[in-house]
Formats: sequence, structure tokens, C-alpha cells
Amino acid sequence: MNFVGLLHSLGPLSIAGLAQGAIYALFALGYTLVYGVLRLINFAHSEVFLMGAYAALNVWGLFSLNQNSATPATVVVIGLLMLGLVAAIIASGATALVVELVAYRPLRRRNAPPLAFLITAIGASLVISEATGVFTHRSITGVPPLIRPADVVTFGNLHITNLQVLIIVLALVMMFGLDRFINTTRLGRGIRAVAQNPDSAALMGVNKNRVISLVFLLGGLMAGVAAVMYVLKIGTVKFDAGFDLGIVAFTAAVLGGIGNLRGALLGGLLLGVVENYAAEVFGTEYRRVIVFVLLIGVLMFLPTGLLGESLGKARA
Amino acid sequence: MNIEQGAELAVVQYNDKNGKDCVTIKKFDSQGKPDVAPGLARQLVTDKKIIGIVGPPFSGESEAANPIFNDAGIPLITPSATRVSLSSHGWKVFHRAVANDGAQGPGAANYIKNVLKATKVFVADDQSAYGAGLADVVKSTLGSLVAGTDKTDADGKQTDFSATVNKIVQSGATAFFYGGYYQNAGLLRKQLTAANWKGTLVAGDGVDDPGYATAAGNDAAAGTIVTCPCSPASKAGGSFVGDYKTKWGVDAGTYSDVAYDAMNIFLKGIDGGNTTPDKMLSYINSVNYSGVANTYKFTSTGELDPSLIKVWAFKFGTDGKTAPDQEIPKS
Repeated sequence: MNFVGLLHSLGPLSIAGLAQGAIYALFALGYTLVYGVLRLINFAHSEVFLMGAYAALNVWGLFSLNQNSATPATVVVIGLLMLGLVAAIIASGATALVVELVAYRPLRRRNAPPLAFLITAIGASLVISEATGVFTHRSITGVPPLIRPADVVTFGNLHITNLQVLIIVLALVMMFGLDRFINTTRLGRGIRAVAQNPDSAALMGVNKNRVISLVFLLGGLMAGVAAVMYVLKIGTVKFDAGFDLGIVAFTAAVLGGIGNLRGALLGGLLLGVVENYAAEVFGTEYRRVIVFVLLIGVLMFLPTGLLGESLGKARA
Repeated sequence: MNIEQGAELAVVQYNDKNGKDCVTIKKFDSQGKPDVAPGLARQLVTDKKIIGIVGPPFSGESEAANPIFNDAGIPLITPSATRVSLSSHGWKVFHRAVANDGAQGPGAANYIKNVLKATKVFVADDQSAYGAGLADVVKSTLGSLVAGTDKTDADGKQTDFSATVNKIVQSGATAFFYGGYYQNAGLLRKQLTAANWKGTLVAGDGVDDPGYATAAGNDAAAGTIVTCPCSPASKAGGSFVGDYKTKWGVDAGTYSDVAYDAMNIFLKGIDGGNTTPDKMLSYINSVNYSGVANTYKFTSTGELDPSLIKVWAFKFGTDGKTAPDQEIPKS
């Protein structure tokens, strides 16, 4: 156990953890939104993310960029990032809508038991990920170096890079926007109404199916942004990239309080940082052990997670 | 293919010298599959004219087919199956004309110590039998030079290595040995470069894959050292390189030179009148043959004599491909 190392590297580990945690957080929002409204876990969310990642890569590929390309001029990079984000958001949003339409809506119409939703979600997840595996020959795809990491802040052994700043800021902006949307707009009010009581909401004239589609779309949107941040940070994509990330993001959602937007943010950032601290103190092989011990510990005392408040009850 | 053509070249040259068709070569194609090899092996041992085998080329099929050869008493020399455990089954017919995987650990450690002259080395592995095995040997060989260690998830199961990267940067190491495979190694290299770490990554042959350069990007991959319990065929002695090119129209590939030598050991045995499998086996057990790739002398388990083991370092270039760097000095 290396607590001295932790103290020494507290700065760099925290920043790297926050950047990774920001990706978990945006990813976790998808789980939390769907759970808040439907009370079910959308296990296909990891593939919603995956489609976003490949969409961004394919768009950049159109400009014949790959992992060995030179970094283009700043203006071009901004344009490419925007294009990548748009492509990822569209692909992820569309995937989420299709999954809802194919795997959930028919079951909902027939009042299927919750277990049926669980298995169709896992099925949809496997179908998309395995099909991607076949199409990509299960090999890794490299990402063009759009952002060359460069230090923007240097303080002792703490180096904060441009990419880390971009990821954390972008995640906070997306999160803030979503929070405002849910809490202040008419559509957001609809979401909260359905989350609180679906039947009463329907009686008050809220179109439940439209709200559910909207929730999947919003989750997909966030996953699309997370996907672009992921490919920029990690630098490769593989057909099973969503799986591991999905488990951690789901854990983050539960840790923060599933169904709670701010909880997902807190849970994601916390997990990213805890993983890094645990890796420093106990070794990287123990990071997941520590994360889940933490999760169990928190749930023992706070069964609904850290901010354990449901989407419906959330007040601005 | 490399291996087959190397061996066949030896036979063709022999027959040209001694009049036509003194010796014939019979090919068995196992496709490298452990489930195909035993059937072919049984077919092979019924052919009483076969007194020796160059092969099998791969470790998995060796495990499956070698017991059959052993029961039949037909001596074999593999030019390329490098799994360490192959020599521990007590197969009396087994001989290995190359170093085994176990030679890579000391080789990598010697490269770091004597070629890179690193005084601080970070060592990590992916907790696989292959990766951890290599890393443990490197750690014990380097001793006090090891500035820090870590363990990652299995290959392809981890993408964010920021904690490991931070440990490497903070340790002040100038060399990093990774016991593992190419996907993790590529991502580690990419993220290390992104964190502005300029040291050298050294790894075993599990990283010698184009996928490494795909994951890291060619720029970051350039300069990475991978070890191999083999010698580049292009460095083989005599007229082998030219002869091979003339005969086959392509450059000699990995292990083709070793296969050529292995076949010549058999041919020399035939010249010495060892025309039954029994006589051939006792001849090989005591052989001391200088070929184009190496000198061959086998221990009682069929391994190369330790003093003859060669480990080479290959280096990734800016084109994302590996090229021979140098033979690693033994101490």
C-alpha cells in the first residue's frame, strides 16, 4: 500500500480521475434518465455509446484522417470536433430511439413483466456489439490525433492538459444544460410528471410514449458527447468498448442515486477519482475491487445512493 | 510457409549435390490446428520411409501431435514452436532449434540494462501467464533497478491507464517493461506519450503485432523494442539469404533459416549412415552442427544448449512496422 505516493500524486491523479469520471457521468445520465421514467435499466445503453464513437470516427475517416495523420490547424480541428460531435449525437440518439422502438415499446404495449425488458435490453446490447465486432473484424480502430495533449496549467507535478480541461468543461456544460432542460422547460416538466406518476400524467394529457422517446433521445445525446470525449482521450475504439464502460457508468448512476441527474454526475466524477486513488494505493489491479467495496458501503447506509432522490421529485 | 520453404531449399540443394532424388520431402499441412495435427501425425507414423520431422511449427499442435511421434520414435526438430512447457513432457524425440519463450525475460532485462543503460525501470504486466511470467523474470533480473511496478487488466479489457501512466511518470523511469499483449501496450504507449513521457517501452513478442501501432499511432509506437526468441532470417550466414530469394522469389522470413538448418541436420545424419529413426535420434542427441542461423547442440530435454540461445530485439519504426535492431548481449 502506497499512501505516500497518493499524497505525492494527489493533483495529477485527481485531474486524470475527473476527466475519466466526466465520461462516466455523461454515460450514467442515460441509465438514470431511463430508470427515472420507466423504472428499468437500459442495458443497451453501452451500445448507444458505441455507435456514437464509431460515427465520429467514420466522419473523420471521410476526411481520410486516421491515427497516423498529422494534427490539422486549430480552425479545422474545431470544425472536425463539431462534425464529430454532431455525428455521434445523431448516431447515439438514433440508436437509443431504435432500441426503444424495437426492444421496449412492443413489450410495454403487452404489459410484459420487468424481467422481459431486462433480457431484451441485454439482447439488443449483444446484437449491436457483436454485429459491430463482425463488421470491424474484432480489431481496434485508431483515432486521429485531433488534439495533441499540451499542458495548460503546470503546478509542481500537476500537469493539466488541454484535453482534460475540454472534457471536464464539456461534461459540466452538458450536465447543466440537461438539468435546466428537465427542470424549466415544458417537455422537461412532462418528463418529471411521467416519472412521478405515469397514470396521472397520462390523465393530465401528457403523451407518455413521446416522453419515453424523449428520455431515450436525451440519454443518447449525452452518450454521443461521452463517446467523442472517450475516443479523444483513449485513442482507440473496439466493438466491446461500451461493455466495461457501461458497467462502471451504471455503478456511478447507482452510487449517486439512480433516477437522479445530479447524482449521476457526482457518482461518475467520484468513481473516476476513486479508481485512480485506489490504483495508486493498492495497484491498478485492485481499482475495481475498491470501487465496488465503496458502492456496497455507501448503499448499506444510503440505500438510494448518495443523493438518492428520484427524477420526479427533483426540484430546481 | 517460411519454414516449409526453408526446409525444402535444404533438400533441393542436397539432391543437386548428390544426384537426383536421394532424399524426398513429404509435406503434411496441419493448418496450425491442434485438432487437425494428431490425425496427420498418425498418418505420418505409418509411413516407414520417414526417419525425421522438421516441425511441427506451432506450440498448440505440438502438444497434440508430439506424443504420437514420441510413441513411434521418430525424431523431430521444431524450428519455431517456442512454448516453454514443450520440453517438459519427457518426449525423447523432441528437439527445439530456437530459444523458448522463457529466454525473452532475461533478454529484455539485458537489453534494458546493457543497451538502454537505464538506471530506473518501471515494470508492469497484464496478470496473464505469459505477461506476468515475463515481468517476474525481468524484475528479478533487474533487481534494484526496478523503480516501481503495477498490474493492469487483461489485454483489451482496460482502456484508461491514467493511474499506471502517473506511476511511471512519477517514478522517473526511463525504461518501461510491459509483460502483456499489443492492445494494452499500444494504449499505454499512446497515453504515456500524451503525458509527455519520453522513455522506451520494452516488451515481449506478444506486442510484435501491427495492432500495436494502430493503438498507439505510428508516431508514438516508433522506438518501442520487442524481444523475440529468434534471429531475423535476413541476418543468416552463408549464401542462404541469396539462395532463398533465387529459389522462391521472396525474402527469407522468420524461422526459414532455422528450418533450413534443421533439415540440414537430418541430411548430414543421412550422410553419416543414420538411415533409421533410432540411429537418427541418437545422432541428433549428440550433434554439434554449425548452420546458417546458429550452432546446434541439444540438451537432454531437447532444448538448445543455453550458451547457444539467441534473443533478438526488434524496433518499431515510424512506418508502424518492426525491423531487426540487434542481437541482445547475454550479460
